[in-house]
Amino acid sequence: MKTKFRTLALAALVTLTFAVSGIAADTIKLGVAGPHSGDLASYGIPTVRAAEFAIAEINAAGGVLGKQVELLVEDDVCKAEIATNVAAKLVADGADVVLGHICSGATKPALGIYKDAGIVTMSPSATNPGLTQSGDYPNFFRTIASDDMQAMLGVNFTVKTLGAKRVAVIHDKGDYGKGYAEFAKMFLERTDGVEVVLFEGVTPGAVDYSAIVQKIKGEKADAVIFGGYHPEASKIVTQMRKKKMDTFFISDDGVKDNTFIKVAGEFAEGVYASGPQDVSYLDLYKKVEKLHKDKYGEDPGAFYKEGYAATMALLNAIEKAGSTDYDAVTKALRTEFVETPVGKISFDEKGDAIGVGFSMYKVTNGKYVEQK
Amino acid sequence: MVYGIIELINFAHGEVYMIGAFVALIVASVLTMAGFTGPAVLALAMVFAIIYSGAYGFTVEKIAYKPLRHAPRLSPLISAIGMSIFLQNYVLLVQTPDFLPFPNLIPELEFLDPISHIFSSNDLAILSITTLSMVALVLFVKYTRMGKAMRATSQDRTMSTLVGIPINKVISTTFVIGSTLAAIGAVLIASFMQQINFYIGFVAGIKAFTAAVLGGIGSIPGAVLGSLILGLTESFATGYIRSDYEDVFAFALLVIILIFRPAGLLGKTKTQKV
Repeated sequence: MKTKFRTLALAALVTLTFAVSGIAADTIKLGVAGPHSGDLASYGIPTVRAAEFAIAEINAAGGVLGKQVELLVEDDVCKAEIATNVAAKLVADGADVVLGHICSGATKPALGIYKDAGIVTMSPSATNPGLTQSGDYPNFFRTIASDDMQAMLGVNFTVKTLGAKRVAVIHDKGDYGKGYAEFAKMFLERTDGVEVVLFEGVTPGAVDYSAIVQKIKGEKADAVIFGGYHPEASKIVTQMRKKKMDTFFISDDGVKDNTFIKVAGEFAEGVYASGPQDVSYLDLYKKVEKLHKDKYGEDPGAFYKEGYAATMALLNAIEKAGSTDYDAVTKALRTEFVETPVGKISFDEKGDAIGVGFSMYKVTNGKYVEQK
Repeated sequence: MVYGIIELINFAHGEVYMIGAFVALIVASVLTMAGFTGPAVLALAMVFAIIYSGAYGFTVEKIAYKPLRHAPRLSPLISAIGMSIFLQNYVLLVQTPDFLPFPNLIPELEFLDPISHIFSSNDLAILSITTLSMVALVLFVKYTRMGKAMRATSQDRTMSTLVGIPINKVISTTFVIGSTLAAIGAVLIASFMQQINFYIGFVAGIKAFTAAVLGGIGSIPGAVLGSLILGLTESFATGYIRSDYEDVFAFALLVIILIFRPAGLLGKTKTQKV
């Protein structure tokens, strides 16, 4: 009975799709959602630019399946409650696939809406492990490796390369930061001879973090692993350095942003932050970086190349699938490899990209330098 | 203070504070580029921040509150929230949504160098300037003509008008003085944190309001005492329990104090005349 109903529904949907595509101007609609204003805008805007460049090239070459690609850009300010509105709007506007969202906390509630509407969603930056590993969102893919990979790298680096024995783990209580911190704590506890001396959350957006800094000092930690974003990280680092603490500071790709170096200034020196592998040697990467520099006169920001890669992967999958049908597109994403600015990638059963990973970076003379 | 006189929570106060910080940043950058150093930059940045914030405070009062002086009490409250949102977004659009680095304007004092990890010159500056401002403000309210007029306005507005106190002028002055203090606070805190963005005023405003309620609305030493208690509770909660719960403890304390002393620690209970 259920199967019958499903077939019927599908048939109705197909007819409807044909009816609509018969009348409407033929375009493939790519939704782009992320923070384009607010204090995390520096994570969202590069993805919009990447998508614009990618579709400009594809449209010039004749589009996808002979149709032009159109962008539907929506701002979610990285907030869960706004993200659900954005998702509903994109669904209503007829988006075929969605590139986004940027923050894990905003992505999660939006995914349910896309799932119900049968829309494939691909994030260039949402690294919360549960998004793919829980299996709740079969419509979700991402072009960045997940936090547990990142936390493992951070812990290995802290313990093996820096030789830390007493580690304080701090997070910002958000989906992303806390997830990262919990994995870091788990990996640290599995390592012999290392002690987690502190595991605490701080209030994001607070004016002053000197109390927690004092506590880190009191615990005589020789390394701090921080899960969260750059505004809090720069305050904590600044206050630590002002108290003349030379404790190692290791963080995630929420901190590996040029704004962090700009704001923390001299205090940023020597801070470690993990981020996507350096791919600047790839020809395709050089090409898309040049596109950005020529148009905007500056280096592309965070998640630019991941955004470009996600756009290419999505549109390639539609081309290979021969339609925007949900099942066909997800199958194509899982089977077809595509050359992107982050390397040659495909996706596993859960939606994580095969062929991408993390590296550790250290702030040296005002720049992130990859640690081999 | 503003609340004490016109019984209106000035939600835009935090935004005036934020604008003070931005003005100080701009002035400090220009001066540093022009080759000035040290205390001269701090002093000039502070003066400009005070002038600008004062002007904003004055204008906010004239635009958002004065026309509503005889309206029901809810209207100016909503207008205050509107003003706060407007100023935040104004700075967001004309300046930047990003965090900006703020230079440390307070010079490092050499005699504090050995203990600077415990007590830095920043702490000293904040402590001494706060105390000075508080004393100056108390003296002003207690002993000057204008101070007397302010107290009179706060007690009974109609009566004050009858005895010839220009209450509009008094209220404007109150706003300017409040904004001046906000600007001083902004420059000190921004120098200490070394970063600002358009949103700092909101948190500062909420915390300041909480502190004022805790200490007793309308009492100046009460506000300072309230902020000290609030800050210490947060720090001790972080230090001895967990930082996850710092706000919980701070506001639990607020509730407890208000249960036992509804007027705040140093506030006087006013009997409502019927």
